[in-house]
Amino acid sequence: MNKIKFNLNGQDVSVELDPSLRLLDVLRDHFQLTGTKEGCGEGECGACSVLINGRVVNSCCFPLANANGKKILTIEGLAKTKRYQILKDAFHIEGGSQCGICTPGMIMAAESLLSMNPHPSDEEIRIGLSGNLCRCTGYNMIIKAVQKAAELGAGLW
Amino acid sequence: MVKHIIPNNLQEALNTLNAGPCHIMAGGTDLMIQKRNTAGTPPKFMKDVLYIANLEELNYVKKDGKRNCVLIGASSKLEDISHHPDVPNLLKDIIREIGSPGIRHSATLAGNIANASPAGDSLVALYLYDAEVVLSSVNGERVLPISKFITGVRRIDLRTNELIKEIIIPLLPVTKYKWVKVGGRRADSISKVSFAGLYLVNFGLVSDIRFAFGSVSAMVARSVELENSLKNRPIEQIIADLPRILDESNKLIAPIDDQRSNKVYRRKVATNIIESFINGIQ
Repeated sequence: MNKIKFNLNGQDVSVELDPSLRLLDVLRDHFQLTGTKEGCGEGECGACSVLINGRVVNSCCFPLANANGKKILTIEGLAKTKRYQILKDAFHIEGGSQCGICTPGMIMAAESLLSMNPHPSDEEIRIGLSGNLCRCTGYNMIIKAVQKAAELGAGLW
Repeated sequence: MVKHIIPNNLQEALNTLNAGPCHIMAGGTDLMIQKRNTAGTPPKFMKDVLYIANLEELNYVKKDGKRNCVLIGASSKLEDISHHPDVPNLLKDIIREIGSPGIRHSATLAGNIANASPAGDSLVALYLYDAEVVLSSVNGERVLPISKFITGVRRIDLRTNELIKEIIIPLLPVTKYKWVKVGGRRADSISKVSFAGLYLVNFGLVSDIRFAFGSVSAMVARSVELENSLKNRPIEQIIADLPRILDESNKLIAPIDDQRSNKVYRRKVATNIIESFINGIQ
C-alpha cells in the first residue's frame, strides 16, 4: 500500500490507505474531522469544501492520492486562527448561518476567496461562493457576512 | 485488487501505462464521481489507477512565440489556465463558467477533453481554435487535431499506453467573440445548449468567422464548409444570408431529450443564439 504524506491543519501526517479514497472520507473516518460535511457527494454543493495549498477544493471528488505533498486545511484547522474568529463573528452578526450544514463549506470558500482577494466586490463574493449551496437559501446574509468579514478583518488577509 | 500508482515523473507514468492499461486520474472531478461508491468506501475502479495531478512536469501554461500558440500541460488546473495572460479570452470566459472555484482548482483542461462529454464546455473553444492534442507514450508522441481525437460520445483516440501530455492552442486575431452557456444554474451546471463564435473584420470584410455548438449533438457541431462560404464577404451580405445560415446550422445539430432539457427547446435556443451572433457582427 502506498504511503501518502501531507500536512493536515499544520501537522505532518502519513497514511497507508487506499489512494483512491475520497479525501472527504479520509478526513471524516480516519482523522475524525467531521466538520467537513458530505452533501451531494458529486461536486455540486460545496459542503465538503477544504483548502488544498490555500485554494478551496471539493473533497468529495478529490482522491487521497492527489493530497500527496499538499497542505490541507479543514474547518477544524481554520478554527484556530484569527481569520476564523472574524468570519465566525461576521456570520453571527449578519445571520449567515441558519441550519448550519453548509456553514463549514461556506467559511472555507470565503477563506479561499479572501486570501486571494481581501476586498471582494459583491459580484466577486457571489462567484467565490458559487460552488456552495445553502438549502435554507440564506444567500444574501452569507454574502453580507463575507463583506462584513472583509471589513472587520481588514489587514488579516 | 487494482493497483494505485503515483508516479514521480512523466517517464514513470509512461512506463506504468506501457506495462498495462490504467485509468488516468488528473483532478478526479469527473472520474471520482463516475466511479463513485457508497460513502466511506473506495470508488469502483476495475483497472489500475495512475495519478497524474501532481506531475509538475505537466503543470504549465506557456506561449510559444515562434509557432504563435499557447501550450497547456495536462496537469495544469482550469483556474490557473483562466488567469494566464496568453490564453484566448474566449477560452477563459468558458472556463469561468465551468464548475465552481472548488472544481476549477483541481480539474484540468486535459481531463475535460479526455472525458469527451457532448456537454464539455471547453471543447467548443478548442474546436474553434483548431486545437491539437499531444499524446505521449514510451514510443514517442502523436499530435492529433481535437476533432480527430474525439471520436464519439465519451470516445477518444487514445491508445492504452498513451496519455494526454499537452494541448496546443494556435492563437488567432479576433475582432469579437461570443460565448453563451444555457444551464440550470450559473455555477456547477452541465450545459443544455452552448455556443461559441468569433470573427475577424478587415476593412469591412469578414476575413475569418467560426462558430460551433455544444450539447446539441454527440460531439461539438461545427461546419468549416459553412464558415468558408461566409468568409471574405462584407458584413451586410452575411447578415442577408441569415436564412441559409440558420438552415445549415439546423442540419448540423441533433439535440436529444434528456434529464436536463429537451430537443425542441435546445433547437429553438440554438437557433436564437446563432441568429443573434450573425446579426451582431459589426
